[in-house]
Amino acid sequence: MPKIKLSENTVNQIKEVCTEFNNKEGELINVLHKVQKKLGYLPAEVQEVIAKELNASVAKVYGVVTFYSFFSMIPKGEFPISICMGTACYVRGAEQVLSEFKRQLKVEVGESTGDGKFSLNCLRCVGACGLAPVVMVGEKVYGRVAPSQVKEIIKEYQEGCPSGNAKTA
Amino acid sequence: MNDNKKQLRIALRNCGFINPEIIDDYISRDGYMALGKCLTEHTPEETIKEIKDSGLRGRGGGGFPTGLKWEITRKSESDQKYVVCNADEGDPGAFMDRSILEGDPHSVIEAMAICGYCIGADKGLVYIRAEYPLAIERLQIALSQAREYGLLGENIFRSGFNFDIEIRFGAGAFVCGEETALIHSMEGLRGEPTFKPPFPSVSGYLGKPTNVNNVETFANIPAILNKGAAWFSSIGTEKSKGTKVFALAGKINNVGLIEVPMGTTLREVIYEIGGGIRDGKKFKSVQTGGPSGGCLTTDFLDTPIDYDNLIDAGSMMGSGGMIVMDEDDCMVAIAKFYLEFTLEESCGKCSPCRIGNKRLHEILDKITSGRGEFQDIERLQLLSQVIKDTSLCGLGQTSPNPVLSTIANFEDEYLAHVNEGKCPAGQCKALLKYEIIEDLCTGCTLCFRNCPVGAISGERRQPHYIDQSLCIKCGVCYEKCKFNAITLS
Ligand SMILES: Cc1cc2nc3c(=O)[nH]c(=O)nc-3n(C[C@H](O)[C@H](O)[C@H](O)COP(=O)(O)O)c2cc1C
Ligand code: SF4
Ligand code: SF4
Ligand code: FES
Repeated sequence: MPKIKLSENTVNQIKEVCTEFNNKEGELINVLHKVQKKLGYLPAEVQEVIAKELNASVAKVYGVVTFYSFFSMIPKGEFPISICMGTACYVRGAEQVLSEFKRQLKVEVGESTGDGKFSLNCLRCVGACGLAPVVMVGEKVYGRVAPSQVKEIIKEYQEGCPSGNAKTA
Repeated sequence: MNDNKKQLRIALRNCGFINPEIIDDYISRDGYMALGKCLTEHTPEETIKEIKDSGLRGRGGGGFPTGLKWEITRKSESDQKYVVCNADEGDPGAFMDRSILEGDPHSVIEAMAICGYCIGADKGLVYIRAEYPLAIERLQIALSQAREYGLLGENIFRSGFNFDIEIRFGAGAFVCGEETALIHSMEGLRGEPTFKPPFPSVSGYLGKPTNVNNVETFANIPAILNKGAAWFSSIGTEKSKGTKVFALAGKINNVGLIEVPMGTTLREVIYEIGGGIRDGKKFKSVQTGGPSGGCLTTDFLDTPIDYDNLIDAGSMMGSGGMIVMDEDDCMVAIAKFYLEFTLEESCGKCSPCRIGNKRLHEILDKITSGRGEFQDIERLQLLSQVIKDTSLCGLGQTSPNPVLSTIANFEDEYLAHVNEGKCPAGQCKALLKYEIIEDLCTGCTLCFRNCPVGAISGERRQPHYIDQSLCIKCGVCYEKCKFNAITLS
């Protein structure tokens, strides 16, 4: 991966978060949560700053980042698409919905489209099992999604701004 | 979910009936009364005895007697102890704990304070999944309101007892629901389990005695103390008292959360509360216990649900996921689905789980793609047993359960895959073939126009044809055809 040069502002932001947690190594996970919320993802360069601030080894920070699926080292797409692969969704056909997304967007799970618009991920139960199978685009929830609807959903976001109040159930 | 005579709300007593963001709502339904009584009228020993007498067992899956756990933690000597609430809820397809935290956060806070009083801890931690933003928000609101009312903080009810609660976030690792892994995660480390003993009640968070309980377990505590152990133990079966919340999902008419007395049968849950199978299909199996559990058949429909009966039946209670499957679900594919989950979630610390589950998955994949052989079934069973016996933590020790239970209960389906190259449920794509019956095809071109890969050819009003080498088996044509001219074999 090409090295990223972090702006001074970004570095300061990271340092601020670390100070907020008293630069304590035991707060690493809380620090990572907060930094990812601010920056969107946690590339190696960001991890290096955190390691230095918390007086931990880079290997330890990396070990923690890669252990937890919530932390990501690659930027998410502008519209992150998440497909629920929980059991309830699985038995109601989530797999077919996923493969249709993969086919339409030509990406694998965990990847982003070339233009950075969409990224594709799987989730485990978002707690809306009654609506299975469930797909989320950003914060918006689509329920009872059939493979034939996939094209429509993508289209909603392709043309600039998504229609704000598209169906949520 | 529609209310039904079969249901009984204890853990969910307030969910949907109070505004979870207003503490007075909770207080008006006897909220914080149990805490007040404990602190001002009862000793910790008396309170622990009440919990023990109630027969409450842990709702996080293991079913360990809660009162006993509290007593052990109380007896561990230390200058500092902790109360931990396990809100990691990793079972995919279950959302009981989330609903309690979103609908009635104060019941958990109250119970944690009671636990703190009983075991001698002044600090509580809630470990909650970061994927539950609403639950986190409601919990935060509830915590600050409780502090404002003096129900958390110093000298609660002027008893000299101090207690406060902090929130810790999970980050998407199923194994962190296991209590030792959870503790490591709270310490800022990779969430890898460690060998027990020592149990957390002896050496837990930062090496101090720590009492870990599940959200639903805690939610039962205030009700038990308010209504008495005798009342609680009058509900349920001989060894499993009270109620259990289940997340009913899958191929069933009424999906959602239910709370039923222990001892209710699966038939009552599925047909009376769940309203039966969707689309008039035939019931095939119900899966309980999530990735650690098993699939039960019609033979078990009349078994009373409790901890011990489910284990005897080859499954387990787990945290309360209950997934109903119908005739269209392939049990080999279901076993593979759970294995996929385990593979992704195995922390990798010990080899039986890390490598063994990978091999199990490979064999299942081989079977579902039509390359299986008879001996594979035996291999699955043998390997499963080894993984169960030698894995370090509960994840590995239970991960082969879905495989073993599906082989035990649905061996004929495995045999059909390996011997005849057939998937009886018609789910394993590699074993499927979509074909057009010439005599029924009117040449309406509907399938032709809908096939996403252009695998269908044919002239208007002439029988159409599917090119098997192009077909991706998406099933669209099958769904679209109005003349039932497309078959699946
Ligand atoms: C792999 C694994 C995952 C677990 N996940 C959870 C979970 O998500 N929630 C939970 O409360 N307990 C979970 N447990 C059980 C906990 O280790 C622990 O037994 C429980 O939190 C104790 O609380 P209880 O006695 O109130 O049930 C899990 C156990 C294992 C082995
Ligand atoms: S059994 Fe699996 S999850 Fe548990 S410690 Fe071993 S590798 Fe990790
Ligand atoms: S199953 Fe799908 S890919 Fe195959 S012919 Fe029918 S529509 Fe086309
Ligand atoms: S399994 Fe998909 S929302 Fe629960």
